[in-house]
Amino acid sequence: MAIPIAYNIRNLVVRRTTTLMTALGIALTVAVLAAALAVGAGLAKAFTASGHPNHLLLLRKGSTAELISSVPIPVFKERIKLRAGIAKDEKGEPMASPETVLVINLPSVDAPDGMNLNIRGLPPAGLKLREDCMITQGRWFQQGRRELVVGSAVAKRYPDAQAGKQITFGRGKWDIVGVFDSPQMARNSEIWGDFDQISGDFNRLEAASSVLVRAQDEVALDALRNELNADPQLQVEIMTEKAYYAQQTDSGAPLEFLGIFVAVIMAVGSCFAAMNTMYAAVARRNTEIGTLRILGFSKSSILLSFFVESVLLAALGGLIGIILVLPLNGVATGIGSNLTFAEIGFELRITPGIAAFGMGFALFMGAIGGLLPASSAARKEILTALRDS
Amino acid sequence: MSDVVIRTNKLNKEFVRDAERVVALKDASIEIHRGEFVALMGPSGSGKSTLLHLIAAMDKATSGEIDVLGENLSALSDSAIARWRNAHIGFVFQSFNLIPVLTAHENVELPLKLTGLGKSERQTHANTALKLVGLEDRMGHFPRQLSGGQEQRVAIARAIVTDPDLLLCDEPTGNLDAKSAQEVLTLLAKLNKEFNKTIVMVTHDPHAAQFASKVRHLDKGELLPE
Ligand SMILES: Nc1ncnc2c1ncn2[C@@H]1O[C@H](COP(=O)(O)OP(=O)(O)OP(=O)(O)O)[C@@H](O)[C@H]1O
Ligand SMILES: [Mg+2]
Repeated sequence: MAIPIAYNIRNLVVRRTTTLMTALGIALTVAVLAAALAVGAGLAKAFTASGHPNHLLLLRKGSTAELISSVPIPVFKERIKLRAGIAKDEKGEPMASPETVLVINLPSVDAPDGMNLNIRGLPPAGLKLREDCMITQGRWFQQGRRELVVGSAVAKRYPDAQAGKQITFGRGKWDIVGVFDSPQMARNSEIWGDFDQISGDFNRLEAASSVLVRAQDEVALDALRNELNADPQLQVEIMTEKAYYAQQTDSGAPLEFLGIFVAVIMAVGSCFAAMNTMYAAVARRNTEIGTLRILGFSKSSILLSFFVESVLLAALGGLIGIILVLPLNGVATGIGSNLTFAEIGFELRITPGIAAFGMGFALFMGAIGGLLPASSAARKEILTALRDS
Repeated sequence: MSDVVIRTNKLNKEFVRDAERVVALKDASIEIHRGEFVALMGPSGSGKSTLLHLIAAMDKATSGEIDVLGENLSALSDSAIARWRNAHIGFVFQSFNLIPVLTAHENVELPLKLTGLGKSERQTHANTALKLVGLEDRMGHFPRQLSGGQEQRVAIARAIVTDPDLLLCDEPTGNLDAKSAQEVLTLLAKLNKEFNKTIVMVTHDPHAAQFASKVRHLDKGELLPE
């Protein structure tokens, strides 16, 4: 049997100041790491869930984003809208929506000087394709009026984008008449209005940015995609709506990478701090080490004991780190999208997996930091240990 | 096992310090029998502690033979020595060396963690040992809450809790006032007489030596004849 763990815990308590300082260093490292991972988890949640399985998004050939794409309205009317395989609404109208996407600038809570936001002009079919969106405040915009609805993530972060307020862009003022919420989180970072009204303000009535269509079913989806691809007159990029949104998850990659990079650098520092603390502990407990050996504890139980103490110290740090970062869970924030050039809103997520990973990382730091001091404690000759105190 | 507990033959111990050789023990031959209480006396630096350390296998002799409780110590591995020490040797230090963060009871129980005893048996043994040294009412105290004499009695309880054959004490009363020293020495004499423990005690104090059944003198590393 080994040296009781109470011995280690009480020693950590006895030198509480050093313990706390070292644990805090580890805690901050874990917090930075967990926050970085929370960005990734939040974006993954926001985007991998987005997109209807039977939706196809059409962009101009070579475009990767709606904002830099354009599909002429005549092309839409003649070569896209009437294809077989496109689902029909209750009035028999094809569910195909040419949409315009523009960027406007609005002050946000984080950036009073303004952040870029995507504004989307929708024909009636556009809202039908988005039947899962609910109005949570006010009402939908009406055709032919300078009215807008804002996504819930926009309403949360932009003081001016509230139902009942007016914002100014294009040729004048626009009334915000409602707030909508979609289970597909990527949508909630947009502002929507009537296609003709918005396109008219920017002289873009003759071309849409993109076309969203719903296929009747999965089989029709593949057929439709093949048919559109095969049309030589039609220079379009075709992808599923899901695939399009999935790309956006990568928007957080640079931030996530930076966070992990910083955490790794901090981890090196934390390992040395743990090592330093444990070396000091070993030096202070020379007599105890010698005494334990005389009582019959082996070198390996001395090694294990100091190693365990270092890991315990790190576990405390990991715990503090996770507690520090926990309030971030669910915090709404935004990140510049590398696809839409606008801010996309998402919620940071500290998942149990991230907490566990952070804890594991802390224990790893403790183990690395504890290894050398513990083995130096174990290697001490009894008499040297007793004399060096 | 024969009646002889410790036998050394021409035991030598040299230390090399800064290219200077110090002979700490020179041709020391001694036999200590079961049930003896031997006091080792001698001036400072005469090699008393050195001899005690060799007996406890805390150090290796430069030359000569040493046989303790029938074991040839030089032939044992590190871990075998650790087990042997736990089972057969109780060591008492001048400065008590209790573990500061453990209570009296936990200190005494500590060596039992290395035995196969279950929790309740360990508790019982530790209680018995603490009762024997008269500290049953101090079990929950930490070392800093005890007087020097009490600390040393806890240390003795810790040394005897595994029921070892041999008790090695290096100036056990060196840090104690006269009254506490008296208590500790009385306790050691009791352990020797009533529990038949073989005891080797290093001391400077002629009064302490009177509690022993035999006194051996060391001078400049040499054992003086009986
Ligand atoms: N590790 C060591 N390195 C070098 N010399 C040592 C070492 N340990 C002991 N010595 C020397 O060996 C000699 C005997 O030391 P030892 O500790 O056995 O004396 P002692 O009789 O116990 O003395 P005291 O009564 O002061 O405790 C001394 O000269 C001492 O300086
Ligand atoms: Mg000495």
